[in-house]
Amino acid sequence: MAQEGQQHPIAIYLWIWGLLFVVSFFSYMVDYLQLQGYLRWSLILIFMFLKAGFIIAIFMHMKWERLALQLAILVPPVVILVLIGLMALEGEYTFLTRIEFFGESDFVPSTPHH
Amino acid sequence: MSEAAMSASGEVLPEGTKGVVQDFASDKQAFHVPWGKAMMWIFLLSDTFIFSCFLVSYMTVRISTADPWPVVSDVFALSFGGDPIPLILIAIMTFVLITSSGTMAMAVNMGYRKDRKKTFWLMVATAALGATFVGMQAFEWTKLIVDEGVRPWGNPMGAAQFGSSFFMITGFHGLHVSAGVIYLLVVAFRVKNGFYEKRGGNYEIVEIAGLYWHFVDLVWVFIFAFFYLW
Repeated sequence: MAQEGQQHPIAIYLWIWGLLFVVSFFSYMVDYLQLQGYLRWSLILIFMFLKAGFIIAIFMHMKWERLALQLAILVPPVVILVLIGLMALEGEYTFLTRIEFFGESDFVPSTPHH
Repeated sequence: MSEAAMSASGEVLPEGTKGVVQDFASDKQAFHVPWGKAMMWIFLLSDTFIFSCFLVSYMTVRISTADPWPVVSDVFALSFGGDPIPLILIAIMTFVLITSSGTMAMAVNMGYRKDRKKTFWLMVATAALGATFVGMQAFEWTKLIVDEGVRPWGNPMGAAQFGSSFFMITGFHGLHVSAGVIYLLVVAFRVKNGFYEKRGGNYEIVEIAGLYWHFVDLVWVFIFAFFYLW
């Protein structure tokens, strides 16, 4: 299969194409309906990973590649989770230090004009 | 070195750079895909880390600022005569990019079917949608810089870090889309001219270009989620 190229029925691409539109619409709705808090964040992440999964697996043909290539490409990005963890801690520390030494923000935001 | 180095089986090994390449490769192929595809995947992996660095630094500055973050939903709202619709411009850009991903997937499929005409037109359509995306991004930047006064060092709507994160992340993504449009057009015209016919009629190049294009769409999925929706 891999030697002669990735040839698959057109129907599967059309299905995934349609699904991407639907999921994108849902993720836009998260903002449009002004959902807040953990519901908002978890829905954003669910829709994001669904879309990313469809694109990588079907459009980029990762589903049909050999396991060695799948692992070589998909496993390394997992280490980014460590960076996210470290930087979140660092960010919180900076935030608390700013509040401690400079006090609460007195910034008055203006609304954007359209 | 008086005599040529020999392998265990007794064959003479080449010297110099050729020897380095042969020794490291050991004459083995690790991934059973065309080398261009393997290299594209490895390039995309490195690009993943670059975009991750941008998004993680955006997270860091957003957590650490004491000023309120601008209400992204309002900043990117657009009015078509009536009340402004929140985030509508970004939603349209998302749909444009997804549409282009679909046409690209079809182009790859037609490429393997050796339907050169359809491949060419589908790739041109993909590039046109990509150019539309970049055009909308230029409009968005202009609106933010001129009308809303957003600068990399500050803006009237909230934390100063908003501007630098926005310009850096969307700018780098826009650059990738622009490069992709040129790349797709080059491959598309080569498909049309029969350039690949002279090379054994192999259209894997369309799939490799497609990998790059889908990656650009993939990065947008993450930017949309973390920068625009969060």
